Amino acid sequence: MIVEFILVGLVLLGGFFCFVAGLGVLRLPDVLIRMHASTKAGTLGSGLILAAVAVLFADLATVTRAVATIVFLLITAPVAAHMIGRAAFRSGVPMWKTKIEDGAQEALKRR
Amino acid sequence: MEILQTAVDIAFVIVMLGVLFAFIRLIKGPSLPDRIVALDMMTVQIVAICALFAISSGETAFLDVAIVLALVGFLATVALARFVERREAGNDDRALTPDLPQDEETGP
Repeated sequence: MIVEFILVGLVLLGGFFCFVAGLGVLRLPDVLIRMHASTKAGTLGSGLILAAVAVLFADLATVTRAVATIVFLLITAPVAAHMIGRAAFRSGVPMWKTKIEDGAQEALKRR
Repeated sequence: MEILQTAVDIAFVIVMLGVLFAFIRLIKGPSLPDRIVALDMMTVQIVAICALFAISSGETAFLDVAIVLALVGFLATVALARFVERREAGNDDRALTPDLPQDEETGP
């Protein structure tokens, strides 16, 4: 019974965070801020739902695969976000109200 | 297990709404990086849908689908980001052979 409540909490919380991430990607004003929503909230939502899978099945093979997927998402999301952010900044996508330091554009230019 | 099934159904609807929002951004997106961000978002949410389907069907094979989808999504994102940077570098031949060192001061 307790396990079932934990499962329901994990699934609903994960679904909520996925929804919030999609809403952020749709509504926020520029690329870097949208990436903030997609990277953090999206990874958290998927991680919570995968944790629910691990709790539900609770055998070694399934838990290993679920934990491997979570760790993989946690490793790759920052790397991908870093690469998209750098590409967007270098290609001069217009920003919302972000203050850009003097010389940042030159320092990040492709050498 | 009825309450869990209801929760999974609700989560399905909510996550599909998230995918729909990301898809609208993918269509609208004013620039290419916007579209890449939306595509990355959709991949992560479809991983969540795979996990939800594993719960609702009791079939653990969908976790393998989730792992492979996360891997392919990461590779696609990295490749597209490199493509944007490469395209931004312009039409000079540095864009085609980025590994060659470029010496700027070749004056007499």
